[in-house]
Amino acid sequence: MPILKSNQTSKMKRFRLLKDKIYSKLMLLFTILSVSVVLVIGVGLYYKSVPVINNSSWGTLLTSSQWKPLKGLFGFFPFIMGTLWVTGIAIIIALPLCLLTSFYITEYAPNRIRKILVPFVNLLSGIPPVIFGVWGVLFIIPLIQNHIAPHFVEFSTGYSVLAGGIVLAVMIFPLIVSIVCEVLNTIPRELKEASLSLGATKWETIKKVSFRKAKPGIVAATVLAISRAFGETIAVLMVCGNNAVVPHSVFDPGYPLPALIANNYGEMLSIPMYDSALMFAALLLFIIILLFNIISRVILTRLERKLAA
Amino acid sequence: MIRRKIEENFFRVLMVLATIIVGGSFFLIVGTIFYKGVPFMNLDMITKIPGGGFYIGKEGGVLNAIIGSLYVAGGATVLGLFISIPVAIFINMYLGGKNFIANSLRIAFDVLFGIPSIVYGAFGFLIMVYFGIKASLLGGILAVTLLVIPILVRTLDEVIRTVPHELRDASLSLGATRWEMSKVILRQIRPGILTAILLSFGRAIGDVASVLFTAGFSDNIPTSLHQPAATLPLAIFFQLGSPVEEVQGRAYASALILTIVVLIITILSSILSKRFSKNIK
Repeated sequence: MPILKSNQTSKMKRFRLLKDKIYSKLMLLFTILSVSVVLVIGVGLYYKSVPVINNSSWGTLLTSSQWKPLKGLFGFFPFIMGTLWVTGIAIIIALPLCLLTSFYITEYAPNRIRKILVPFVNLLSGIPPVIFGVWGVLFIIPLIQNHIAPHFVEFSTGYSVLAGGIVLAVMIFPLIVSIVCEVLNTIPRELKEASLSLGATKWETIKKVSFRKAKPGIVAATVLAISRAFGETIAVLMVCGNNAVVPHSVFDPGYPLPALIANNYGEMLSIPMYDSALMFAALLLFIIILLFNIISRVILTRLERKLAA
Repeated sequence: MIRRKIEENFFRVLMVLATIIVGGSFFLIVGTIFYKGVPFMNLDMITKIPGGGFYIGKEGGVLNAIIGSLYVAGGATVLGLFISIPVAIFINMYLGGKNFIANSLRIAFDVLFGIPSIVYGAFGFLIMVYFGIKASLLGGILAVTLLVIPILVRTLDEVIRTVPHELRDASLSLGATRWEMSKVILRQIRPGILTAILLSFGRAIGDVASVLFTAGFSDNIPTSLHQPAATLPLAIFFQLGSPVEEVQGRAYASALILTIVVLIITILSSILSKRFSKNIK
C-alpha cells in the first residue's frame, strides 16, 4: 500500500469519522423509533377509544354487564371476569407444578435427566398458540366433558373457563420454569450447604433457604406469566366457549377480552362505536400487561444486578 | 425425625410427579397432533391450493397458507433484522452496553416482547385503516415485524454481550472507529444472528392474532404485496371451526405440518446456540 500524503490521510480520517457519525445517528433513530412503539400503541389505542369512553365512562365500561353493541351499550365486566377466571385457573394450576419442577430440576435431578428435561421445556415454549388450541379441542375438551365435569355438574359441553385455564397453564409452563430455574441457579451454594450441614433435609433446605432467597424471582416469574396469560388469544378463544356472561363456576363458559377482539373484527366497522369499543378492550389489555411487565422486569433486573455486585 | 423423613419423601415424589406432568405435556400435545393429523395427511395437502368446494370437503390442499405463512414470516424477519441489528449494535457499541440507558432500553424491549400479539394486530389494523391499506400481505408483514423486533433485539443483544471485550479493545486501539469495530463484532456473531433469525421466524410463522386483522385470507397464493395472504395458523383455525368432518381433518393435518415446521426450527436454533456458546468458551 502506498504511503498516503498527509492531506489525503486527514481527508480519509474525516470521511471515516463522518461515516461513524452518520451511522451512529441512524442507529439512534432506529432505536428511538422501535422503543417508541410502546408509546405510539398506547396513544393510538387511546385515541381510538375516546368516542366510547366519552359515550359512557370508565366506570360504566368497566363495571356494567350490558353488552349490546347494536344499542350502543358496552359493558366489559363479563369479559374482564372471563379473563380473570381463565388467568386465575391457569396460575393456580401452573405455579405449584412449575415450582416443584424447578426445584426438582435444580436440586434433585441427576445431570443426565436434567440434560434431557431442559430441551423439552424449551421445545414446549416454541409450539405456536394455535397448536395448543387444537390440542385443547382434541384432548382437554373431551376430557372435561366426559370425565371431569360429570362428577360435579349435570351437563357441560367441555368448552369452559376450566379448559381455557388448563390450556393456558400448559402454555405458561416453560416461561415460569425457565425463569425460576435461572433464579434458583444463582443462589450461592454456600447457603444451601450451610443448611444441609446443620442437619436439615433437602426439602427443608429448599423450603427455608432456596424458596426464601428466590421469592422475588418467583414473584416476577408469576407476574410475567399472568401477563402472558392475560393476552393469550387464539388458544383460549378456541376452548373457552365465548359466552358473554360472568362465569360462576369453572365449568361455565367465559369470554376473555382478547377473544372478544379477535372474534368481532369482522363486524367492527359496520356497527357504530363498535370499533371504538374493541380498541378500548385492546387498550385495557395493553395497560394491564404493560404495568405487569414493567414490574416483573424491574424486579428481575434488580436481582441480576444484586448478584453481579 | 421420622416425620421429617416422611415429609422429605412426600415432597420428592410430588416433585417427580410435577416434573413428569410438565415435561410430559410436550409429548401429550405433539402426540395428540400426530395421532389425529397423520390419518388426514397426504401429498395434496402440501402441493395444492384449495379447489372448488374445498370448504365442504372437496379436494385441495393448504399450499396457499403454507406459502403465505412463509412470505409473512420471512418478510417480517428480514424487515425486523434491518431494524434490530442497528439497535442491538447501538445499545452495546455506542452506549457501552452497561449503563442506565442501555439497561432501560433492554427493559423496554423486554416489555415490548411481553405485549400480546392481539394488541399488535389491533394496532396494525389501526395503522392500516389510517393509511388506507386493505388487509394484505404487506399489512401482515408490518404487524408481524412489530412483533418480532423485540425478540430479534434481545437475542442479538445477548449474543453481542458474549463477544470478549478484548476484541473491541483491540480493534479500537488499532484506530478503528466505532462503526468499523461493529463490523468486526458482526462478523464474530454470525451464527448468533442465525439463531435470532430462526427464533423470530418460528414465532412469526405460528402467530395468529397479529395476522388475523392484517393479512386477511385468500385461497390463492399472493403475487403482490397488496393481495391478501392466507396463513397456516389461520387456516387451521378456520378449518377447525367447520362442521364438515373432512375439513376438520384437514385442520389436524395442517396443525401437523405447522408443528413439524416449528419443531424443526426450534431444534435447529437450540443446536446452533449451543454450538455458538461452546465456541465462545
